[in-house]
Amino acid sequence: MTRLLHRLLGRLPIGWLQLTHNRTRLVAAMAGVAFANILVFVQLGMLGALQGTIGATYSLVQADILISSSDANTLTDGSPLTRRVMFQALAEPGVAAAAPLYLGQTDWTRPDGSTATLTVYGLPPEAESFAGPAVGSGFRQLAVADRVLLDLRTRGVDPESLADVSPDHPLRFEANGVALTAVDTVELGGGFSADGAMVTSDQTFLRLFGQRLAGTPTHILVRVAEGQDPTLVAAGLREALDDAPVLVRTLEEAASADLAYQTTQRPVGVIFGMGVLIGMLVGLVIVYQVLATDVADHLREYATFKAMGYPHRFFLSLVFEEALILAVLGFLPGVMLSLGIYAAMAAKTGLPVDMTALRAAAVFAGTILACALSGAIATQRLRGADPAELF
Amino acid sequence: MLAPIEVRHLDHWFGAGEARKQAIFDVSLSIEPGSLTILMGPSGSGKTTLLTLMGCLREVQGGSVQLLGEELRGASAACQVALRRRLGFIFQAHNLHESLTARQNVLMGLEVHGRGDRGRQDAAAEHILQLLGLGHRVDYLPENLSGGQKQRVAIARALVSNPEVVFADEPTAALDREAGLQVVRMLKALGRERGTTTVMVTHDNRILELADRIITLEDGRVVTDSAEAHQPAELLPRSASG
Repeated sequence: MTRLLHRLLGRLPIGWLQLTHNRTRLVAAMAGVAFANILVFVQLGMLGALQGTIGATYSLVQADILISSSDANTLTDGSPLTRRVMFQALAEPGVAAAAPLYLGQTDWTRPDGSTATLTVYGLPPEAESFAGPAVGSGFRQLAVADRVLLDLRTRGVDPESLADVSPDHPLRFEANGVALTAVDTVELGGGFSADGAMVTSDQTFLRLFGQRLAGTPTHILVRVAEGQDPTLVAAGLREALDDAPVLVRTLEEAASADLAYQTTQRPVGVIFGMGVLIGMLVGLVIVYQVLATDVADHLREYATFKAMGYPHRFFLSLVFEEALILAVLGFLPGVMLSLGIYAAMAAKTGLPVDMTALRAAAVFAGTILACALSGAIATQRLRGADPAELF
Repeated sequence: MLAPIEVRHLDHWFGAGEARKQAIFDVSLSIEPGSLTILMGPSGSGKTTLLTLMGCLREVQGGSVQLLGEELRGASAACQVALRRRLGFIFQAHNLHESLTARQNVLMGLEVHGRGDRGRQDAAAEHILQLLGLGHRVDYLPENLSGGQKQRVAIARALVSNPEVVFADEPTAALDREAGLQVVRMLKALGRERGTTTVMVTHDNRILELADRIITLEDGRVVTDSAEAHQPAELLPRSASG
């Protein structure tokens, strides 16, 4: 290793020799960097889970444009809007089809007797093309009253216990005083505002939520005609619906606005965002401490090298060498442990906490950057001082 | 031949404000090329300060030091770096890098001049360690060497790249009489063969006889200088052997 590095660097790999000379200190430094990594990974994992579940709520529907009440910040929190808007939209050029989407929340008693909160999606059975890919073929079964699709990945439920739910093997239960029959399942999973989802027809939805009216869905789903640009059609609709208190957005726009709102306006998102920030800050301080201590411990030797005629860039390359080695050696255990923590968090919360290659790469790059920056700052003392003052 | 070191009216202070204290007062000297000069004086007399000022390890505040034809006062960082590479410094504490073997420490003295032939550099490092009686210790870490051996590694590191001027701060302190004399003889031989100039701070009476010139400092001033007194060096520094 030393030989390889010697050839690679064109000089003695002093950083490497220095780090491997004192194993205890190396392990401590590695642990410091690994801990900083874990800190950032855990915070990013929580933020990522929030973002993931927000995105997932949109996967049960399929549309080009979403018309919502003007006070809608997320998929579920808007006021109902009048169905008249749907007919107005259908009259617009470029619009091929439209369907009302009803959303509500209900309690569901799990097989084990505990209560879960489910987001209920109500869609007319004839609007099958508006059901998202996550809904699947079970949607056709919903034309019969009081039939629903249950979320296989509802938090706190063993997926095995719902796996064999089918028209031949229905699961009967009661919610909001209505006797329901689950005939199939969807896969969504819990988020921060619900434990799972349930999909029904609009009629079943209205039986389930007696206070809701058929004339006031939560959203209007719009599909544009073949070859039409949803952005342009949305702009046209916005103009046509000028006097109605509604928001007209493409589905992507609505989803990203929802994400932005929940991560920057809602307490949970703000807290997780702050967590990431604090995690990075604390990580940076730890990494700086590790590098600064190492430089301070070798100041005398560095001063000797300086007296021998080594320029400042030699010391920079030396601490960058150390920074790179520490970043790699600290990252490996850091990412391993983080994967374990992610698995534990996902198992405990049912949230989609998982590592993405992009996140791992970003944290790795950040670690190298933080290490290098810390090292460069730590060598500043060496730059200004006369060698004779450092012996 | 131009004097390798030319000191004119050198003053130096330590500290700032109220605590500012003058350590060197109006010192002027000219060091002959190829000579071995010894700086003596009691502790706190400013001899190490003078050595580091002449050796480009300390910023010159007042007066002037010309080292190898370059003015050190206000010298740029690049100029300092270039000058330091032409010098050899032997420190009071050996200042070896604890993570590097004897050979690697000596290699640091060669690599400062840039990427070279690895094999030749290795051989040069080994050769000079052999000359200093450490042929059997080349791959030892400093922690496995005795004090005298460490000091010899430090000397090898300073001399391996054939410096034009060698500055040594108590180089023989950790050596026994024979080893101490051997090192000073070696420095003297270098002076004869290659014209290397050596300036050495020492308390060691055993090596005074080898000096070409002995300068004694007291309270930051030159009090005796064998070159000016026109006296044989070995008669002089009785008073300064503290």
